[in-house]
Amino acid sequence: MKDGALVVEAHKIDLVFQTADGPVHALAEIDLEIKKGDFISLIGPSGCGKTTLLRVIADLEKPNGGEIKVNGMTPAEARLQRAYGYVFQAPVLYPWRTVEGNLKLPLEIMGIDKTEQVRRSKEALEMVDLSGFEKKFPWQLSGGMQQRVSIARALTFYPDLLLMDEPFGALDEIVRDQLNEHFHRLWEQTHKTVVFVTHSIPEAAYLSTKIVVMSPRPGKIIDIIESPLPEKRTLDMRDTQEFLELSQKIRKGLRAGHSYD
Amino acid sequence: MNWIRNSSFVSITTVLAFIIVVWYGAAVYLNSDVLIDKYERQNIEWNFSKLVDDSWAMSRPIIPAPHQIVLDMNKSIFGRKVNSKRSLVYHSWVTISSTMVGFAMGGVLGILLAVGIVHVSTLNKSVLPWIIASQTIPILAIAPMIIVVLGAIGVTGLFPKAIISAYLCFFPIAIGMVKGLRSPDPMHLDLMKTYNATQVQSFWKLRWPASTPFLFASFKVSIAISLVGAIVGELPAGARAGLGARLLTGSYYGQTVQIWSALIVASIIAGTLVFLMAVLESKVQKRMGAQL
Repeated sequence: MKDGALVVEAHKIDLVFQTADGPVHALAEIDLEIKKGDFISLIGPSGCGKTTLLRVIADLEKPNGGEIKVNGMTPAEARLQRAYGYVFQAPVLYPWRTVEGNLKLPLEIMGIDKTEQVRRSKEALEMVDLSGFEKKFPWQLSGGMQQRVSIARALTFYPDLLLMDEPFGALDEIVRDQLNEHFHRLWEQTHKTVVFVTHSIPEAAYLSTKIVVMSPRPGKIIDIIESPLPEKRTLDMRDTQEFLELSQKIRKGLRAGHSYD
Repeated sequence: MNWIRNSSFVSITTVLAFIIVVWYGAAVYLNSDVLIDKYERQNIEWNFSKLVDDSWAMSRPIIPAPHQIVLDMNKSIFGRKVNSKRSLVYHSWVTISSTMVGFAMGGVLGILLAVGIVHVSTLNKSVLPWIIASQTIPILAIAPMIIVVLGAIGVTGLFPKAIISAYLCFFPIAIGMVKGLRSPDPMHLDLMKTYNATQVQSFWKLRWPASTPFLFASFKVSIAISLVGAIVGELPAGARAGLGARLLTGSYYGQTVQIWSALIVASIIAGTLVFLMAVLESKVQKRMGAQL
């Protein structure tokens, strides 16, 4: 697929959850196009459906209406082809497997041969700067390291699309900054398409090429902001005029959607 | 001396000492009626100290004194050939072998039922109530029926006893494993889904390892229960061997000392089996990276 090809095309996506308290309109009339190589952040207050939208792309939820294509296929077909790597809010590592064992998990399931499994898990571990931690069990690692392992796990099978659901949400500010910088570098090198759910404005502004601002009840897209920042970014950049303006724009968008009446 | 403070050794021996003291007292109290009756009938001079001595040395006491049981155990464990019909080692072995076979059958049955219940929703609705109902039937009522029915079709010996043992012990395993196999949280299951894993892969790579703590908790309960099942299975059969048979002949002939030593041996075996299971559990958990 060439740069600029559409990885995700969503058209008028509608999704209603039937809960005990009655129906909840999680997504309404979502239109979104994601190009190959894009780094898209979905930002919005809780309950705005950003995670749900991510789960729809991943075929973990089925929309009630509208059309969605992933790599030109239905999300289900794309999932069967293992088109994406998914990173959850929590590391979701299996406690009975070592770091290496956890990295091998998707490879074992996909039937990749043993020596290749070892090579790829080493390679992925290098990408997240955790070489040497192969034999450690998850509980021996800090929260930030565990989340890096979970990112590495999503990289082992070379998906072109990464779906990330607030992967750094549970981490403290300092670790979060480190991981943001690190992950930005990783994206710069690999140019994977990333869909990144967050509720942090600086995180969205720092990482993304495009920021999708959402608002709740029902969850809808209220603004799509193209980042004016250059592709190569450093953490210091967050003090520049450009960055502050971008942050302001996102904040304004969020506030506009926040009309709780 | 630190190890004494830290280990459970002191607390266990304290409790044991307390039990033994109470036991000796109870032996005097419960056996005194029979003894005093005998003294009076035979016009024997007696005082309290003679009463105490005699109540700890009766051949058929209501409750034997602890040392009588220990002496009897010593005699019937070390004092006889292992293959003698009067050796407790021989009887224990008979019971242990049906316990093990019963536990293995119950384990396999319990796990298979749990796997079915977790994966097939019709089984969940139809089988689970029957499993629970099966345990409301008193085992003492159904055990003779199983022995009789199996005996009628020519199955005798170890197997019927193992069946009774399995009947009792599959239950905690099935219930525990249903819970264990359902223990992975939705995110773990979603992760498997994103890899497009098959149900078999999800089972072996996620559900099964996630259920091991539940498996061992169930195993520890059911191995003790399966010993009880094996003993109960020996009661109605008119069995000639096994701890259950030993209890039965003891009660036929009023050999309370023999009954008690069989009981104590049975509880030592149960304790050992549970302990061995705990050792196995900690070995497995260590291999699975548990934080010990």
